Order: sequence, then C-alpha cells, then structure tokens
Amino acid sequence: MLDRRDVVKRLLIDRGDLLVVPGLGAPTYDVAAAGDHPLNFYLWGAMGGAAMIGLGLALARPGRRVAVITGDGEMLMGLGSLATIGVKQPANLSIVVLDNRHYGETGMQASHTDAGIDLIAIARACRFAGARAAHTGSDIDDTRRLLQSGKGPSFIQVHVKTDDVPRVLPIRDGHEIKRRFMAALAGS
Amino acid sequence: MDQTVDTKHAWPDAIYAHFKRVNIRQVGYVPDAGHSRLIKRCIEDPEITDVVLTTEEEGVGLVAGAFLGGQRAALLMQSSGVGNCINMFSLIQNCGFPCLVLVTMRGEWEEFNPWQVPMGSITEECLRLAGFSTYRVDDPARVDEIVRIATDRAFNDNSAIAVILSQMLIGKKDWR
Repeated sequence: MLDRRDVVKRLLIDRGDLLVVPGLGAPTYDVAAAGDHPLNFYLWGAMGGAAMIGLGLALARPGRRVAVITGDGEMLMGLGSLATIGVKQPANLSIVVLDNRHYGETGMQASHTDAGIDLIAIARACRFAGARAAHTGSDIDDTRRLLQSGKGPSFIQVHVKTDDVPRVLPIRDGHEIKRRFMAALAGS
Repeated sequence: MDQTVDTKHAWPDAIYAHFKRVNIRQVGYVPDAGHSRLIKRCIEDPEITDVVLTTEEEGVGLVAGAFLGGQRAALLMQSSGVGNCINMFSLIQNCGFPCLVLVTMRGEWEEFNPWQVPMGSITEECLRLAGFSTYRVDDPARVDEIVRIATDRAFNDNSAIAVILSQMLIGKKDWR
C-alpha cells in the first residue's frame, strides 16, 4: 500500500504547466505538501465538484493538461460527473482518486470503496477506457506519464494507506486562489 | 411526453442572442422542456460546447472551471434543479466567479402537478440566500431587455445572477 504524500509528490515532480484541481480535505493538503504552486486550484469545499471543475477547465483549455486529484469520498459524491465527462471525452483530463477507503477528515469512517464498491468498473462503464488501479511505485510512474501526455479522459484509482498524516494547509481565500491561478495561466 | 404548449414562441432566441453577444462558450444543462429551444440552438452552435449534466450541481463546477480556463459559461435549469445546487453554489460565492443561471419555473402559475410546488415556491428565495441577484420575467416582450442586463451584470461584475423565467412566460405543461 502506498503513502499518499509520496504518491502526490511523485505525480507532481517536474509538473511543467500541469493544471491541478485537488479535492477538499486530504488531497488539498497532499498537493500543498508537494509544493505550493499558483496552478493549484485548492478546494476547501464544494464536495463532489472537483471532477466537474476539471472538466470545465479541460474544455476551455484543450491545449493544456488538467489533473483532478481527489479522494474516494469526494469522488463518490460526484459519481454522476463521471458519466458527464464520459460523454464529452476530454483527451486532456485525468482524474486521480487517492483511495484510502475512509473519510479521513471526519474520523476515519469507512467509505463505500471499503465495502467493495468498484470505482474502476464505474469509470470504465462511463467510457474512461483505460481506467486502472495503481498499487506500486512503478504504477505511479506510469500514472505521472498519463497525467502529462496520456490520451484521456484517464481515471486512476491509487490505493493508499489509511495513515493519518499531518495537515499541510494552503491558502483558504477563494478569491485569491482563483486570482493567482488565472494570472499564472495567462502568463504561462 | 414533456412538451410545453407554447414552444412556437421565440423568446429563447433572445437569450441565445445574448449568449453570442457576451461570448458564452460553454452551456451546461439538464434536459428541460421550457429550455428545449435554447438547448437546441446551443447544441447546433459549433462555437458553444454543450454539456449535458446528470444533476444541476455539476454545472456549478463546470462554470467555475470554464472561467478559470478563460471561458464564459451559462447554466440552464428548471426550478427543481436550483435545490440540487445549494451547497455547490458556495464555490461561486467563495471565489467570486461570474455565474449566469437561467431558471424555468414550475410549481407556480397554472401548475397541474402539486409535486412541483414545494421547490417552485422557494426557488427564488433559495437563490437569493445563496448569493444570487434574481430577475423575474413574465412577459416574452421583456426577455431581451432583462437578459441583456443579467448577462452584463454577471460578466462585467463577476456576479451571480439568476433569470427567473416564470411559468406565465413559458406556459403550462401539456398533460394531454
């Protein structure tokens, strides 16, 4: 089982001009821990919305790579968005689910994936043709290549340990998160 | 069959003209009889990416993502869809995204189906509580003027604006 901080750090090494939308809770802290970047659109709320923010961005910027990095609970709240993304087939969008099978932010209650609900089967049924699981370090290297240059929409479920890791808190002011993201995108 | 009586009326074309005037490039919607003519215009337009949603709250994320990427977007929904969006609207308020929502009303004027009334009767208040300014249209002749003001406010001021297209305007659903 992989360490979530290591996974995200490796996914974002030499990220170039990758646009990153982390889901609220632990994924936002993981992405912040990998190094603050203006092209991170940190979410502190809007649970269930990360994948759709990624879709709007990917459709607006077909020449750029967009990675949504979220958790199993956040993805489960927005399952319908996988069907919506499947209809549009954005080639530049990847969704990474860091699946620890629990709701870490609220006290480690079990999520649906802990009971065997299969996110990869759901993603495949929603026309994410190459939906896959990542278990090992070499799977993470493959995932990083998918984020940078794979033909999407891609869906990768990364199996991570349930360990509670220290929070790394990025900025919370939504206006500022938006402003600096848009300024960096305009300048890159 | 979900068809309104007065689909022959052309007021949706005035909305579409303002979409073009302010360069709206993405339109999210859940299929809806009252919006059917406007949806068709958007689908037929190669400059507009139409995104059919499974639930209206997906559209709130879509609008935010589109704007981050430099495109303007609009959402089309029925009054019941407003209820599906409430928590997701916090994204709009927290970050100051422009958000233009066109709401076709059910559960008010000459409604046959009482199940539409509970949500329809609180739609406008819900939108205001969620940070939207609302503009109501009852008269087809005023659609152009009101949608012009709504689109300008949304995108010039980065505001959340909802146009309430009343059931008096749309006409009642034909249950025959």
